[in-house]
Amino acid sequence: MLDFIIGKYNYWIYIILMMIGFYAMIGKKNLVKKIIGMNIFQTAIILFYISTAYKKGGATLPIIVHAHGHSGHTSHAIEASSYINPLPHVLMLTAIVVMVATLGVALAIVLKIYRRYNTLEEDEILKAIK
Amino acid sequence: MTDQFPVLIIIIPLIFAVITPLLGWWRENLCYPWVILSLALCMLCSIFVLGRVIDTGVVIHYYLGSWAPPWGIELVIDHLNALMLVIISTTALIVAVYSKRSITQEIDGSIVYFYTVFLLQVTGFLGIVITGDMFNLYVFLEITSLTGYALIAAGEDGAPFASFRYMIMGTIGACFYLLGVGYLYIVTGSLNIADLARLLPDLYGSRVILVAFAFFFVGIAIKMALFPLHTWLPDAYTKAPSAASALIAPLMTKVAVYVMLRIMFTVFNPSLSIEILPVTDIMVWLGIAAIVAGAVMALAQTDFKRMCCYIVVAEIGYMVGGTGIANSVAIKGVILHILNDAIMTLGMFVVAGIVYYQTKGHNLTDFRDLFKKMPYTMAAFVVTALSIIGVPPTCGFFSKWYLIQGAIISNCWAFVAALLLSSLINIILFFRIFEIGYGFHETHGHGHGHETVLISEAPMSMLIPTIITAIGIMLIGIYNQPILNNIIQFAVPKL
Repeated sequence: MLDFIIGKYNYWIYIILMMIGFYAMIGKKNLVKKIIGMNIFQTAIILFYISTAYKKGGATLPIIVHAHGHSGHTSHAIEASSYINPLPHVLMLTAIVVMVATLGVALAIVLKIYRRYNTLEEDEILKAIK
Repeated sequence: MTDQFPVLIIIIPLIFAVITPLLGWWRENLCYPWVILSLALCMLCSIFVLGRVIDTGVVIHYYLGSWAPPWGIELVIDHLNALMLVIISTTALIVAVYSKRSITQEIDGSIVYFYTVFLLQVTGFLGIVITGDMFNLYVFLEITSLTGYALIAAGEDGAPFASFRYMIMGTIGACFYLLGVGYLYIVTGSLNIADLARLLPDLYGSRVILVAFAFFFVGIAIKMALFPLHTWLPDAYTKAPSAASALIAPLMTKVAVYVMLRIMFTVFNPSLSIEILPVTDIMVWLGIAAIVAGAVMALAQTDFKRMCCYIVVAEIGYMVGGTGIANSVAIKGVILHILNDAIMTLGMFVVAGIVYYQTKGHNLTDFRDLFKKMPYTMAAFVVTALSIIGVPPTCGFFSKWYLIQGAIISNCWAFVAALLLSSLINIILFFRIFEIGYGFHETHGHGHGHETVLISEAPMSMLIPTIITAIGIMLIGIYNQPILNNIIQFAVPKL
């Protein structure tokens, strides 16, 4: 059991982070705290994707050294197991862009709420709306 | 040139959206024709693509940057997405024409940014539908959602807060979808929908697949406002500017239904959700719950737009329940209902926009005497209302007919009962408004002196799109057989 937890610790951290973010989004009353929770939630997903790309046993970055060198053609056969899968990293670059855009929109909306109600507490805003 | 039409469908609104702020900086009044131009081009492209799909019956594949799938992103157009593309681009064009007067009244500040975001949102809708790549779909989903939050936040008092709540829910939904994609990628190493469909059947025993399916389903259910997860929808759509709610309400939920159909029947084999997992049974009951809850809550509303929002919730119940019944007749009904519901919801929200434009309110009481004061708008409203109730020559009847027929074939009597109950409640909902509109309560109204406010017919730029929508509802109803035989019949998955 302990091996199961330690051996896959990155996935456990992803789940814990995600739950922290989820709790903050649902449970917190302050709008900025909700946004912070949203960010933690999304970051957890990035950790998840990056974890899936990792390979045990000394896999390195997929940079092929001397690929265009003069040492013959046969030596460049790519062995997938010795390189970390680059695709999840690339996907997460896109996801980071999406995250940043979401954060931007969220902050702009919160700014608009603050200017109107002069508070960022959800219950006070609800009281002001009614 | 015509080979490039699939990509042009999404490139045109995207490029035009980028140029819109520059153009608006120079001449603000050029923005409106510019948006109309882009959406008209986009609509022509999608109609052409639909025509080609119907003529040849072949699925169109377009490789972005000539990278062959499964490595590159491909655009795939079959009968189902070709139909969706036409629905989206036509709706967007109608709303764009309609938006001119209402946004200058409702939005403080520049209309330039409204139109930029508007076009970006249309790009997102089209992209979700056209893409053949799971991750690409996520990106477009987020484009749609983010622009949607922005458009909603521009609305009346309380709109930013409604938009914020929508954003929290929507982000959870999109993140769940992304996690689902991640789990599928772990086990298959592919993101291409066709490739996934080929690789997945061997893995149906795997628990990873089940987790992925659960994440997809919940994520998409949030996006389409399926009943227990619908709480963001009424506030957001009620408070959004009229033009924005007329764009988002018909399309966002329908596109999410499309994604659900894609994931259930194309990415996964239909047998997974019908035989291996009891998903379809659950969906029928979720659908019934959504129909009943949506209809009952619609009855409790005194705000017209809010009432329409709950009708949308009930309509989502029709589609989810119909998908859950999972026989070819019911699925046919679901796809026809995507088309019908898009145009009916559009009809409701454009009327709501006109009423708001003329009376500065969207309560049911604001409809007082409107039949006398704006007869054409109200005629369109009656057609739309009859269609939502399901009266024969209008389109709403036919999709309900197929849904009920499918339910009877599969012995889902509870679903039939829920559908009929919701139709009956719709009758009450709309005849209540007709009663107010014809002013049968004249005696109550006179005392307050509201009658001095002169309300005339809506301006042409708003009236014409509304009339076109109403005519469209009739035409789709009359020509439902050709639509079914030429398009939808081929879009139904093999069950």
